[in-house]
Amino acid sequence: MSHSKAATIFNKDEKKVNWHDKALWFVRHKRDKSAHSVKGWEELRNLGHGIKAHTLSNLDTYLIQFEENAIKNGVQVHWAADADEHNKIVQSILKAHNAKKVVKSKSMLTEECHLNPFLEANDIEVIDTDLGERIVQLAKEPPSHIVLPAIHKKKEEVDVLFQEHLGTKPCDGDPQYLTGEARKHLREKFIQADAAITGVNFAVADTGGFVVCTNEGNADMGVHLAPVHIACMGIEKLIPKQEHLGVFLRLLGRSATGQHITTYSSHFKKPRNGAKMHIVIVDNGRTEQLSRPDFRASLHCIRCGACMNTCPIYRRSGGHSYDSTIPGPIGSILSPGKDLKKHSTLPFASTLCGSCSDVCPVKIDIHTQLYKWRQIITKETPQPFIKKTSMKMMGNIFSKPSQFDKVGKVARWSLRNLPKGMINSKPNVWGKARDLPLGPKESFEDWYKKRNKDEQ
Amino acid sequence: MKVGLFIPCYINQLYPQVGKATLELLERLNVDVMYPLGQTCCGQPMANSGYEYESVGSCNNFVSNFKDFDYIVTPSGSCAYHVKKHYDIIPQTDDVVKVRENVYELCDFILNVLKVKNVGAKFPYKVGIHKSCHGLRGLRLGSCSEKVTEAYSYIGELLKEVSGTEVIELTRADECCGFGGTFAVTEEAISVKMGKDRIKDHLDNGVEVITATDTSCLMHLEGLVTRNKQPLKILHIAEILNSVN
Repeated sequence: MSHSKAATIFNKDEKKVNWHDKALWFVRHKRDKSAHSVKGWEELRNLGHGIKAHTLSNLDTYLIQFEENAIKNGVQVHWAADADEHNKIVQSILKAHNAKKVVKSKSMLTEECHLNPFLEANDIEVIDTDLGERIVQLAKEPPSHIVLPAIHKKKEEVDVLFQEHLGTKPCDGDPQYLTGEARKHLREKFIQADAAITGVNFAVADTGGFVVCTNEGNADMGVHLAPVHIACMGIEKLIPKQEHLGVFLRLLGRSATGQHITTYSSHFKKPRNGAKMHIVIVDNGRTEQLSRPDFRASLHCIRCGACMNTCPIYRRSGGHSYDSTIPGPIGSILSPGKDLKKHSTLPFASTLCGSCSDVCPVKIDIHTQLYKWRQIITKETPQPFIKKTSMKMMGNIFSKPSQFDKVGKVARWSLRNLPKGMINSKPNVWGKARDLPLGPKESFEDWYKKRNKDEQ
Repeated sequence: MKVGLFIPCYINQLYPQVGKATLELLERLNVDVMYPLGQTCCGQPMANSGYEYESVGSCNNFVSNFKDFDYIVTPSGSCAYHVKKHYDIIPQTDDVVKVRENVYELCDFILNVLKVKNVGAKFPYKVGIHKSCHGLRGLRLGSCSEKVTEAYSYIGELLKEVSGTEVIELTRADECCGFGGTFAVTEEAISVKMGKDRIKDHLDNGVEVITATDTSCLMHLEGLVTRNKQPLKILHIAEILNSVN
């Protein structure tokens, strides 16, 4: 389904759109307040951008350095070329440890690889332990936002969902009761788990360590209780040095939720005594994106979600309307690189207002990349006949001033003389909810010519 | 100083009054301004729709019209931005480079080239500024709410000097109106919703007149205001700055 179709469906319930918009604008506003309290914010963004650009330009070196250091620390490192290989590696690790029950903290990479259905098909129970993730998992839905996975759900909906799956009592969506019950439910899962899977926010090349950021402490709970820890990371998660965390952790918390820092920035380096630690490093299309100079910077992304919160389209169409693992503006420049045809409407789901680029903590030129994807999509994927022909016609008319003048005259006459009902009839999508201006008798150019004649 | 006036295609055909106000305003400020005949479009509608290659004719026509002027002034931040940012699809001859360097949005030109703040206008109304995105985040005609920079606004500075005008603060200072060129049609539902939400912000804060540097945003907002019979007037900034009586 195209983004616009999905967005039209989402917009049938205007009250819900208003609620969704306000919820995300609130987060954007919190981000503004906390970013504006940092004097050197723009310098931090420059640094974040620079470090990421440098890392991506030397990715081979840093990846090998990271692997060497991680192995020295006693961690087992695995490499996966794609999602399939990633899933199989994770499964084989689990099998080797006879692990049947897995707890997982938030990881967009495992979403991207569709790890959960793969493991479930192999008789392994996977429980998402981030509250929002658990909610969408119970609802059998994908996350609609990368930081706030269940932002599209009202607390009353969560109430019903928990009654069905966790046996809670009806509570009118009382958040305290619902989170309390979720906590009890998840504690049980943490205790029973044979293995814990986490994502990786930052992998540090010069130490071989990595950092996982959560607000609920669920990564720590999982990892500290289970005998096996599997951390899954995309190759772009690297940063060269430990000290660079001082840049990224400050940018991440503020950009994501307006917090000065995420509640838990958990540093992992080596397995504790008697436990095992694995890192799976995944490509899955990233080197291909790296090879495209116009789109390389999309790999700077630190998954803060700020571009979603600020995007006036995302706020009014919901994350699911993008039908891709990463929704919103950043998703719209990442996804076409994976499947151009499937995601061909996403770069057009934008007014190119540029708010995403200005809010981005690592200064990805998102709206410029959206523009560039558009140029590629019209050439490489089938386009509606009417769009193609009308663009060609417009191009021709605008190339020749005399033609433009003639077409302009007809258009103005029509707007002035045709009945409104006819002007706003079905083929004119503009006219569904908006009036068109009344066609003036003379164009500016007509007036200018006449004025100059009169003056002579 | 020879100034060429660029009147965007839709202003030329549908909003000639905006073109007239711009020309009269510049003449009143003693600018040696001329409107070269045979103008069409900057090429943006095709390019933003992904058909940059269909816009080459427009770009060439634009350059040939304006290559001999010291400055090109236009009542549209969006068109000026398009020339500056996207005219790299045609060969970068001296003429093209010169045109790209010297194209100015109207308020930017008055404030930063003419160095005039008070244009002698009188407009006793409560005015809400719609900060059109391409002007704001493309040409940086003002500070945007995302970046941590000092606050400024060219259109705001000029309006502050207009006699009788009260500039109204909005709840969301610089959210997009949802026009977006062909987006307005291809993503109709969202486009309309965004426009409605912008208008509501202006109404809730007691605005009587919405103004902007771009008639494209205003055409979209006006279309909604007219259809929904809302008590708001929509005027381009040139029309306000040209209100002398």
